[in-house]
Amino acid sequence: MIELRGVHKRFGQQVILNGVDFSVEEGETVALLGPSGTGKSVLLKHIIGLIHPDSGTIIVDDLNVASLGRKELAALRSTIGYVFQNGALFDSMTVFENIRLGITDEKCNRDASYCAARVPECLALVNLTPETAAKFPAELSGGMRKRVGIARAIAGRPKYLLYDEPTSGLDPVNADIIDRLVKHLAETLGVTSVMVTHDVRGAFRVSDRVALLSDGKIVLQGTPQEFLASADLRIKAFLERDFDTHSFAA
Amino acid sequence: MQTAQTAILSLPRAVGRSAIGALAHVGRFSLMLAELFRALGEWRIWLPRTMDEARSIGAGSLFIVLLVSAFAGAVTALQTGYQFQGNLPYYVVGTLVVESIVLELGPVLTALVLAGRIGARYAAELGTMRVTEQIDALESLGRSPMSHLIIPRVLAGLVMIPILTIFANAIGVLAGWWSAKQVLPISNGDFTYGAQYFWRPFDAYYSIIKAFFFAGAITLIPCYMGFNAQQGAEGVGKATTTAVVATSVTILLLDTLLAKLLLHP
Repeated sequence: MIELRGVHKRFGQQVILNGVDFSVEEGETVALLGPSGTGKSVLLKHIIGLIHPDSGTIIVDDLNVASLGRKELAALRSTIGYVFQNGALFDSMTVFENIRLGITDEKCNRDASYCAARVPECLALVNLTPETAAKFPAELSGGMRKRVGIARAIAGRPKYLLYDEPTSGLDPVNADIIDRLVKHLAETLGVTSVMVTHDVRGAFRVSDRVALLSDGKIVLQGTPQEFLASADLRIKAFLERDFDTHSFAA
Repeated sequence: MQTAQTAILSLPRAVGRSAIGALAHVGRFSLMLAELFRALGEWRIWLPRTMDEARSIGAGSLFIVLLVSAFAGAVTALQTGYQFQGNLPYYVVGTLVVESIVLELGPVLTALVLAGRIGARYAAELGTMRVTEQIDALESLGRSPMSHLIIPRVLAGLVMIPILTIFANAIGVLAGWWSAKQVLPISNGDFTYGAQYFWRPFDAYYSIIKAFFFAGAITLIPCYMGFNAQQGAEGVGKATTTAVVATSVTILLLDTLLAKLLLHP
């Protein structure tokens, strides 16, 4: 379980998170919505300990992330797969080496035969051919890079998957492929997922619950239906920016 | 009047801000060093990467290092011959070429060339990795950026830069010897006599000690700058420029400091 309680974060004079309370239950997929620049990615990075809060607590599997030592944090991170917005693939390494780095169990990582089997397995899970393994990130399209990023995140068999804008910058066809993939992975691997996005349509399609981050706070956490039925003006304004809610609900 | 007052008042603020900025750099640099030492235990990760990096530094830099030192040796010989012609015995050329190259020109020119070549590369590589979230990705996988990225670069530099300096010294002396023979009536015996006349084994150690300290500056400063780069392509450019300038200035400062400490204790 992931739980954030009263998380505050500011960069200089700019307040990013202003008392965020947010939770994700085991096995569910939660989409974190919000306009660009509201701190969604910052919130996600708090969960994995890449950013520490000014105040408040982040609990993952009953562990307070901000107070963990180097080794404990590394151990916790090995249970979390993080999909970065632009893939963040290591451009000096092949796809194979990138995914191999995602195998966080050191014994498995050193086992060449395990890696030779696990990497194509991960590629298959994200609908990529084994031949992709020999390529360098620069030889891949944007959609393929995102999928390799997901393959790297799942290579270590994580318990949690955190997606940072997995469909941003993609055309609708590729965005749909990634959305289906997120849902497929949640169902087949049984992972708990948090997906940061500003794509409302995709969020409603893949998630069990949706949360909206606005003005540094979570405005609402609920099912897509509760979200659509909300009378909160901030939610209505956000939804109206993206699509006609009535036609979608119908 | 008011403008003058504002300027006077803003000066301490600017000095204060600069001092705080400098202290922040010292703090972050010290933290990086502490992390680096802590990650030395993860030798399974950094050892193979260090080998690759050492090959890259050695093979990639050898030509430019030898070229620069050869020209430095040749010019030293030609200018010495010009200045002392008719006043001092010719074997002095051997003395000056060897001592100039080994004590100063070999290590310093090699270091300055490598500050541009290796330092700029390290800062740009790590800076790009930082702004494209590759370093965050490494951390998110529970892996230490120190053992994967910093230690291999620093150790490879600490091993290879002194070796490159030894090669630079040898080629510089040989080029000086050859040049002296082209323009002056100096025999091989004269040159080697002069070279040995003021030679002390400590000169060679001094050259390598200097190269080792310079290697520390050439690797650590650019790694620190790149690792802490911010704000996209502009940040990477700024980190790279700052790294090369800071490394070059540090090399010159270390050069003076080591001369005082080791030659005039």
